[in-house]
Amino acid sequence: MNIVVCVKQIPDPAVPGTLDPTTNTLVRAGKLILDESDSYGVEMALQLRDAAGDGEVILVSLAPNDEVSGLRTALAMGADRAILVSDAAFVGTDALTTAKVIAACVERAGSVDLVLTATESSDGYTGTVPAQVAELLGWPSLTFAKSVTLADGAATIQRQTEAGYDTVTAPLPAVISVTAGVVEPRYPSFKGIMAAKSKPVDALTSGDVGVTPVGWAGANQTVAEITAAPAREAGEKIEDDGSAYERVVAYLEELKLV
Amino acid sequence: MTLAKVWVFAESADGKPVTSTLELCTKARELGSTIEAVYVGTDADAIAAALGEYGVSAVHALDPGEGLVGVLGAAAIAALAEAHQPDLVLFAQTYDGRDAIARLSVKLDRTVLTNGTALSLDGDTVRVGTAIFGGATIVDTAFSGAKPWLAAIRPKSFSAEPGNATTAAVTRLDAVDAGRAGEARVLDRHVEEREGPQLEEAAIVVSGGRGVGSSENYQAIIEPLATMLGGASGASRAIVDAGWVPYSKQVGQTGKTVKPKVYVAVGISGATQHLVGMKGSDHIIAINKDGEAPIFGVADLGIVGDANKVVPAIIEALKAKQS
Repeated sequence: MNIVVCVKQIPDPAVPGTLDPTTNTLVRAGKLILDESDSYGVEMALQLRDAAGDGEVILVSLAPNDEVSGLRTALAMGADRAILVSDAAFVGTDALTTAKVIAACVERAGSVDLVLTATESSDGYTGTVPAQVAELLGWPSLTFAKSVTLADGAATIQRQTEAGYDTVTAPLPAVISVTAGVVEPRYPSFKGIMAAKSKPVDALTSGDVGVTPVGWAGANQTVAEITAAPAREAGEKIEDDGSAYERVVAYLEELKLV
Repeated sequence: MTLAKVWVFAESADGKPVTSTLELCTKARELGSTIEAVYVGTDADAIAAALGEYGVSAVHALDPGEGLVGVLGAAAIAALAEAHQPDLVLFAQTYDGRDAIARLSVKLDRTVLTNGTALSLDGDTVRVGTAIFGGATIVDTAFSGAKPWLAAIRPKSFSAEPGNATTAAVTRLDAVDAGRAGEARVLDRHVEEREGPQLEEAAIVVSGGRGVGSSENYQAIIEPLATMLGGASGASRAIVDAGWVPYSKQVGQTGKTVKPKVYVAVGISGATQHLVGMKGSDHIIAINKDGEAPIFGVADLGIVGDANKVVPAIIEALKAKQS
């Protein structure tokens, strides 16, 4: 069972983001971390590989620089190797071009049975890359999975819906996007962290995977305007002395909701 | 310049168009002269009749059988686009809407603009507004490539108002070829029992975050308060990631946008990720131990205190009032 997991290295979400005034893109300088959303796909891939008893977990990632610290986190969790396409020209790249690069990497990775992704990244959050990758590969996609089981050459998932979930199945190879919280990502062990340092990272550029143009040139969109949204004013704030609940009930009464 | 033809990817639940579809039809009337829908589902005649009230003049319908709605929707639109030449195709930012726009973008080799909260004509193009940095900043992006343009809009971005009522003509499509993607099959639909309204439609939303303490506490204080107020329960990303509640309850950038009359944030610090999904609420009540939490910056009423003391006291007081 060879599984590709798409992972993204993002600026720490705890630090307020900024836009580069010349490129109108999120500043991604400095250390990048593994998007927490992706840790669920990594964990699920490790569990599926180990259950199958053979095969590899291969990470695929794009970056505007040659940052690898987020990849090392996933390698330390137990992934076998990584393909990193990094290119300064990626600044402004849209979701479709991103998906083209990822699909090219999947084809390069060898015989792949399954591609796992998050439902969206935490920074760009376009939310279309999983199904775009599937369409580019000509594979079925099972999106918004709450659980994944593999048997007899097919994947079956519980797919999140507004009403509950649907049980959906498709033959492999397929792309599956997993929702957060469905497995508990392991913490890298000391042994894992040490081993990750020597795991192979195949460093490529966009030219190596044959996708052009990338960046704003291939994005078919332009930023027309950036404006500050109207700010909300803070209102009344009280310390609870045991009776604050009365103020909440009174507030709901003022609004005629109780 | 008004667009000649706008298409809406229509979705339904319980034999009716979902609200987000009606929101898109309403907005489409501002942008285009002719509004048509592509609908993948059952009860096409009833859906078309309802869409006609919102100005939709034609519905291209496909019965998905056991296939996936988004996958077949993309194949259907791709098959029809050449002959019908829509200028703009609108999708709601829903599970099936996201599948459909993603696959269609590859079939037509077009970019996508998603998570839109605003939509407007701008000369010869269309602008999509997207909130970033917790809704503090709005980025307007315009399509610069070939038509049709593909946009996904977050539910609750526009109001749904009937208008330009007409009779929508229904054209049924025979099976479409989705290739290997069409091999995916829905085996079973599991409907979870839900009391009260849907999260995005609720007049009152009570959401819990990490400060609630545990999944058990969420069940013990958030769900009952939401039920007592006739509202829906929501969640911050932190507790969805922790597996306490499913993704469908997540409010925020990578979750849902809600605009209730009252939003009650319990044990939620107010990370930008969360604020973008609830800042548009009419009134916000926040309950959090940390008086410095950013949630208080947007709250009309802030209670600095322990959620597990304050909320049970609110529930008791409401029970006492009812009896």
